Amino acid sequence: MAQPATDIRLHAKPERVYYFGTCVIDLFYPGAGLAGMELLRREGIKVVFPPDQGCCGQPARNSGYMDEARAVALRQMEAFPNDWPIVVPSGSCAGMMKTHYPDLFKGRPDYERAVAFSARVHELTAFLVNVLHITLEDKGPPVTVTWHGSCHSMREMGVVDEPKSLLRQLANVTLVENPREKECCGFGGTFSVRQPEISAAMVGDKIQALEETGAARVVSGDCGCLMNIGGALEKAGKSMRPQHIAEFLLERGHGR
Amino acid sequence: MGAEPQAAAGNDFTARAPKALNDPTLRANFRRAMDGLMSKRAAQFADTPAWEALRARGAAAKARVLARLPELLVELEENCRANGIEVHWAESIPEANAIVLEILRAAGARTVIKGKSMVSEEMELNHHLAAHGIQAVESDLGEYIIQLAGEAPSHIVMPCIHKNKAEIAQLFAERIPGLGYTEDVDALTAAARAELRGRFAAADAGISGVNFAVAETGTLVLVENEGNGRLSTTLPPLHIALMGIEKLVETLEDLPPLLALLPRSATGQHITTYVNMITHPRRPGELDGPEKVHLVLLDSGRSRVFGDDQLRDTLRCIRCGACMNHCPVYSRVGGHTYKFVYPGPIGKILTPQLEGLDCAGDQPHASTLCNACVEVCPVKIPIADILVRLREESVRPGHSGAVKGGGARRSWLETLSWRGWMLIYSRPWMGRLAAWGMTRFGNLLPERLPLLKAWTSVRAKPRFAAKSLHELAREQGYCDE
Amino acid sequence: MSDARANILARLRAAPRTAPPERPDWTPPVFGEGRLERFRAMLGSVHGEVVETTLAAWPERLAALLAERGVRRVLYGPAAPVGAQLGRAWMADADAPTLVPYDRSIEEMKAELVHTVEAGVTSVRWGIAETGSLVLWPDAAEPRLMSLLPPLHVAVMAASGLHDSLAQLVAEQGWAGAMPTNALLISGPSKTADIEQTLAYGVHGPKELLVLVLTDQ
Repeated sequence: MAQPATDIRLHAKPERVYYFGTCVIDLFYPGAGLAGMELLRREGIKVVFPPDQGCCGQPARNSGYMDEARAVALRQMEAFPNDWPIVVPSGSCAGMMKTHYPDLFKGRPDYERAVAFSARVHELTAFLVNVLHITLEDKGPPVTVTWHGSCHSMREMGVVDEPKSLLRQLANVTLVENPREKECCGFGGTFSVRQPEISAAMVGDKIQALEETGAARVVSGDCGCLMNIGGALEKAGKSMRPQHIAEFLLERGHGR
Repeated sequence: MGAEPQAAAGNDFTARAPKALNDPTLRANFRRAMDGLMSKRAAQFADTPAWEALRARGAAAKARVLARLPELLVELEENCRANGIEVHWAESIPEANAIVLEILRAAGARTVIKGKSMVSEEMELNHHLAAHGIQAVESDLGEYIIQLAGEAPSHIVMPCIHKNKAEIAQLFAERIPGLGYTEDVDALTAAARAELRGRFAAADAGISGVNFAVAETGTLVLVENEGNGRLSTTLPPLHIALMGIEKLVETLEDLPPLLALLPRSATGQHITTYVNMITHPRRPGELDGPEKVHLVLLDSGRSRVFGDDQLRDTLRCIRCGACMNHCPVYSRVGGHTYKFVYPGPIGKILTPQLEGLDCAGDQPHASTLCNACVEVCPVKIPIADILVRLREESVRPGHSGAVKGGGARRSWLETLSWRGWMLIYSRPWMGRLAAWGMTRFGNLLPERLPLLKAWTSVRAKPRFAAKSLHELAREQGYCDE
Repeated sequence: MSDARANILARLRAAPRTAPPERPDWTPPVFGEGRLERFRAMLGSVHGEVVETTLAAWPERLAALLAERGVRRVLYGPAAPVGAQLGRAWMADADAPTLVPYDRSIEEMKAELVHTVEAGVTSVRWGIAETGSLVLWPDAAEPRLMSLLPPLHVAVMAASGLHDSLAQLVAEQGWAGAMPTNALLISGPSKTADIEQTLAYGVHGPKELLVLVLTDQ
């Protein structure tokens, strides 16, 4: 089910890209969203953030409310009219748009449009690595980090090594991998509140595994996971800091 | 958007979960077992291209079965009959139980030795037979242990995986005469062997499941490690095999790839000790094997699942258990939380379809849709998509009426919430207004609000940013083309 | 009850049809000259023991191996070539174990087979290198339970019977047209891991599997 991270036809560096900020980033982590746009802009790309964008529709789709999800998905497709790549700083939202938009519209008039739209969707780190072949500079102080790959990033977008390869480019950053990286953190959108006890057990195990890496920070490409993991770290009074990879990379480039 | 967990009908899973979560021994038993199974499986499929090719072949074999199921069932029946195996069809569990009882009665059987069969668990066959004076003894070591303990299987491949050595040692010391308390696994195994040998010899009939029935040849294929399956199907004079109507393969040629997938996915073994292919009862001149072999084909909701071309893929399952071994939810709540026969991801999609969304409607929601199960399924069942489909059926039953209890979880509050969500995100001005409001006032929401309360039980309250990304992007000129 | 068949089939036939997908290419592994090595390694990995010997020497070799193990009562099939050779060879050897012929029905021999024989000697129809498996097609001369009830199963296999994979065997030997009463793949002794994933051997079937490979055959 893992899709190739990028469409081979788009491997040439585009002049312009659209940016889909995601609803969680919009409300809770706008700094991560801006950082992603800044990383792209630094590479000489014109980044366009269509103001009519909103949510990818995944929460409703995953809850079984397909009509509502479709209405919202359709609105997103309308908000990104030109044939430019759409870069998404979340593997989960990208996975929704890439793998589930076509399913949502199967047998409906907008199916072809959904297929064409989904082909333009890129997860941010995969885009930086596979399309832009980005080279990073590290001006920051030495730090040890661990990586949290989101389930949808890994298993829907097929993005596994790209973000880690970015972290490894940073001279003063030591990446310690979490042996349980592939295990879900327990967020799962509405799962976290529908099954709070199970979700709590999962995130409890997750922060324990992250702590065992000895890293000072946990970096991820998905703010849903970060909200879950970071919230649990904070509630438990742990010192480990959660951060979106875009923000982290930008910060290293600025020497902060 | 969900209500607080409650023990209302259809929410049994959610209500039971905390009991398992708060049992540290159980959590440790599952964690250890699942970790071991995952690493053993990974070692078997280290060669990714080979795994992908094998898996594609296995998935196609099972997909072909579903594309031709009615014809293949008739072909299987004809070939079995020609081989001397008697074939019975059961629409329901009571019907299947009645068929088995009738066969046993006609043979005058009083004791039955059983090989592992999940269909027999579905049927609760042992209870049914006991109620009619026939004693059925489980002979798979795991099944034997839980039968002694009066429990149900917690895993479809390793039924007593929830128990540790000390718990089994205690059980054996209490229940096996002459055996003291020992945690020596060889001694425990030897004690079970000694207990069960006599049962095999005395049994009037053997009952088994079927892993694959080959339509082309009328052959029943059973895989196992212990030899109890072979004993159950060879030593007693009568053998009754039970299978769901989906457990076929078209041809013998389809068997090798599936046999290569099943044990590696299940337990990380390259092959099971025994692959037992039964094509005939004892033939004239042969000295052992059952004189009579019966095959019972059980529907019990499967043909209904088959009626929907998306849900149908559920029936590809070869019961390897890899999905549960890799499931972050199963590994924390264990098999008994699911209550029904099939736990884990496959159970979450199969149980609501067989039992109805009114009975097990919360199970499709007991998943983060992390796709770990989808990644390892050897026959490519789109478990996550089917989970979502069942969530949809539980609030908006679809055209086919494929699932019993469709609409069982409909709630006006939830519908209204999603309608509101839709308005916000499909009308940009409403979205901007909502974002403006949330960034300015969202942090004032009290933690005791239902959803926030669930969230903050183990997490800090999420903090809304002072300005949304929409506002910041506009300020920094990203909104201009 | 009589309607069950018709009802089930009617429901299945009423369902929407999909076209059966093609079987994608899949090539089972090939080992060539390395067949025997692979076989030995795979069988060894599941606790099976391979002993290389010859057609003329195996009965004597087996007698020695059984003596090491203290095995005295050996089940054999006198009407099968392997059993017949064993009978002839051991008849002349006063120290050889006692041979118990499997020559009556299981109902008549149950007590002996279930409780007293210590080893069973069978032939092997083919071997499978990929998985280290023995293929047995038990018959009247070598019945099904010979390889199952005794605590030690001795299997005598001609090296030439080794194939690469089950897929190759099924295709080349035309299994589809000739399935026997019971076809078995045996890969190691009986085992279980039901108690805390700890391996234990001989739970219901043999605790030990000894494969005599006749390298000159």
